[in-house]
Amino acid sequence: MVLKVFFPSCCSSAESGILIGRWIPEQSSAVILAVVHFPFIPVQVKQYLREVQQVTKVSVSVLGSWNNSKQEKEESLSEFLEDLGTIFSHEPWIQISKEGDSKFWNCSTLQKQPDNHREEEIILVYYDQRKVMLSHLHPPSDTADLGAEDASKLSAIFNTVASSKVLFMTDRYDDGPIKMTHWQSDGIEASIIVELMKQASVPACMLLTFLLSLVSGVCNSRVLKFWPLSFLWSKLSTCEQLGHRLQHLQVISSSKKAQNQTQLMRKANIFVSLLIDVALGILLMSWLYRKNQIGHLADTLIPVADHVAEELQDLLQWLMGAPAGLKMNRALDQVLGRFFLYHIHLWISYIHLMSPFIEMILWYVGLSACLGLTVALCILSDIIALLTFHIYCFYVYGARLYCLKIYGLSSLWRLFRGKKWNVLRQRVDSCSYDLDQLFIGTLLFTILLFLLPTTALYYLVFTLLCLLVVIVQGLIHLLVDLIDSLPLYSIILRFCRSYRLAAGVKFRVLEQQDGKPLRLLMQLHPCRHPSLVLPLSMGTGELKQESRKLVTQESMGTGEQKTGHSSVGKRKIQLLKKQCLCACFYCLCLFCD
Amino acid sequence: MEERRYRSASGAPLALRCRQHSASCRELAVRCPRLQLRSLSAVTSAVWLAAYGLFVLCQNSMVLSAAIFLTLIGLIIYLHFVKIDQESLLVIGSLGIQVTSSYASGKESTTFIEMSQVKDVVINEAIHMQKVIYYLCILLQDPQDPQGVSEVVPLFQSSQPRLDCLIEVYKSCHEILDQRKAASQSDGVK
Repeated sequence: MVLKVFFPSCCSSAESGILIGRWIPEQSSAVILAVVHFPFIPVQVKQYLREVQQVTKVSVSVLGSWNNSKQEKEESLSEFLEDLGTIFSHEPWIQISKEGDSKFWNCSTLQKQPDNHREEEIILVYYDQRKVMLSHLHPPSDTADLGAEDASKLSAIFNTVASSKVLFMTDRYDDGPIKMTHWQSDGIEASIIVELMKQASVPACMLLTFLLSLVSGVCNSRVLKFWPLSFLWSKLSTCEQLGHRLQHLQVISSSKKAQNQTQLMRKANIFVSLLIDVALGILLMSWLYRKNQIGHLADTLIPVADHVAEELQDLLQWLMGAPAGLKMNRALDQVLGRFFLYHIHLWISYIHLMSPFIEMILWYVGLSACLGLTVALCILSDIIALLTFHIYCFYVYGARLYCLKIYGLSSLWRLFRGKKWNVLRQRVDSCSYDLDQLFIGTLLFTILLFLLPTTALYYLVFTLLCLLVVIVQGLIHLLVDLIDSLPLYSIILRFCRSYRLAAGVKFRVLEQQDGKPLRLLMQLHPCRHPSLVLPLSMGTGELKQESRKLVTQESMGTGEQKTGHSSVGKRKIQLLKKQCLCACFYCLCLFCD
Repeated sequence: MEERRYRSASGAPLALRCRQHSASCRELAVRCPRLQLRSLSAVTSAVWLAAYGLFVLCQNSMVLSAAIFLTLIGLIIYLHFVKIDQESLLVIGSLGIQVTSSYASGKESTTFIEMSQVKDVVINEAIHMQKVIYYLCILLQDPQDPQGVSEVVPLFQSSQPRLDCLIEVYKSCHEILDQRKAASQSDGVK
């Protein structure tokens, strides 16, 4: 079989020495992890390798010798290196030598067993040790069997490098018996900020957990669970969003470490999304509280509410006349019209009553924008819902009336035909009615039938109005969901450190020379498929979807039609949002390739 | 390194380049015909004539600038995503097979398939509309079933060379793949 030697590109300019790494006999490949320089004592090297093997559970051993002769070929050194093969017995003993600045290296093997006569071909594959170590192409190392048959061959190599972290911890400034060259031998790479944050994160997490337990204790107390209050909390989307964020904070501040890659990415995504949210919220706050913007907002709020009420009154006057040329039933029209006009009048009185306090309320509510932009948007959506409450009420009345009418019509239609609904058997049965029952039933049926157009028109108009409000609210919630569930950390990682989300490898053939081994460069291929990145965040979005569905199902004391509209609308919006996110990510990946 | 001329399924001229890097490494590249100046100028003039006609109708100069903008964007998108310049196959015995498509804008998209996943490389026939075309494909091994095929990866999909070119590529590939079989058999004998 062809012998493959994986050589780290950082060791290309190292001094002469011996190669240590892992030999995978099934694939006939040698993964070289570091070069140990002279002088060394063989016993100490073997001891060190045993210690490393115990910690990392990777069978690290001495694989061969490396000869980097800067001047002319030194015969004595090459003989010495061959003799080393007898001290560190490894089969086969790999000898790599480089002359001066030549690109083409010599690579040969020494076989001890004489029955291997065939001349093995050697392939030299260069790899970037740091990127291979940090990428996650290898399977999760929770199972101890590294030699699993079904693991792909390259993932075994990635696993070897990733598990040998402790080998890369010694650098050339350590005063140890062994001097090595690997990717960190010039000094261990670490960032002060990251280390400080790691140290500070433990007490911060504990404090956060304590505070969160207090807050959730207060929230779950029985005082807040009485019927009117709990109904109110379930209707306000702000409370839902706050609960959601509380959950996120609990996930981040939990003291146990992330089990696998997806959990780590989810935690990181939540953290970045919270940070961006709070930053945007504080930005919004600084804009709102500057130059008396709150005052301006409060001043425009009342005229806008008045304007909406006037438009509604005009609409009702139009309906009470002959809307679109249709002829309505005069009496019912007047009754319904006057009923709704009186409601609008009540509503306007309430708004005018509250107008002196609006500015103060807005000022205090605006302070909550520091909790995040999502909370501010939810508050906006709730304010819209409160201001258009009368439209919602009209819709409910219209829907109820229409619903009753349809029920009555269908029941009397059955009576007209001589049938009856059997509640026990849940089916339509024939029934013999008395004459007076038939007479009154037919009379009522005719009345309801001829009053149907009026009620249907009122129902249609108010449903459309309510739909408009729901669409506006839906758009705001779409934005909130986008901020919540956009996996910003993964996107940033994909563009800045694409090797961490690598999807595969690619090989490039370097310049060849006859007689020398084949040289290949192994590079990491960034992932292009959005499905690798997006599901890591969708877990949080799904939670919200479930809670929304529960809310729409719970609050249904009104018409069934309302559930149909808003939950179908919301589900469609969720689907649309997922499609938009996938499309955006795919476009980003394609263009910034 | 040799270069030979063949034709694609639709009659366009192709060039096959075969490079032997070492005894177990071979690169086969099929170069597609370049973007023709004729077709580019034809499309551009058609779009601009249509835009000029619209401009004459509605007297809005935005139409003309929009047409120029659209032509540029369309050309960039075509060169970056649609027009494939060269499709190559790099067979490295005992490592795997790498399939690369390079686009006219320089973008390269590569897929690497490990040798343990490759069951075989075959030429398949397919009936497409009214034609019977041949295509080269890699059969991937099903991990559970040693006799089964889990996936078929078609190669050279945009250049679509004819059977004579495919036979050349097939023979080259099999020279290297058969080495693997010979090696595994001799290991088995021992």
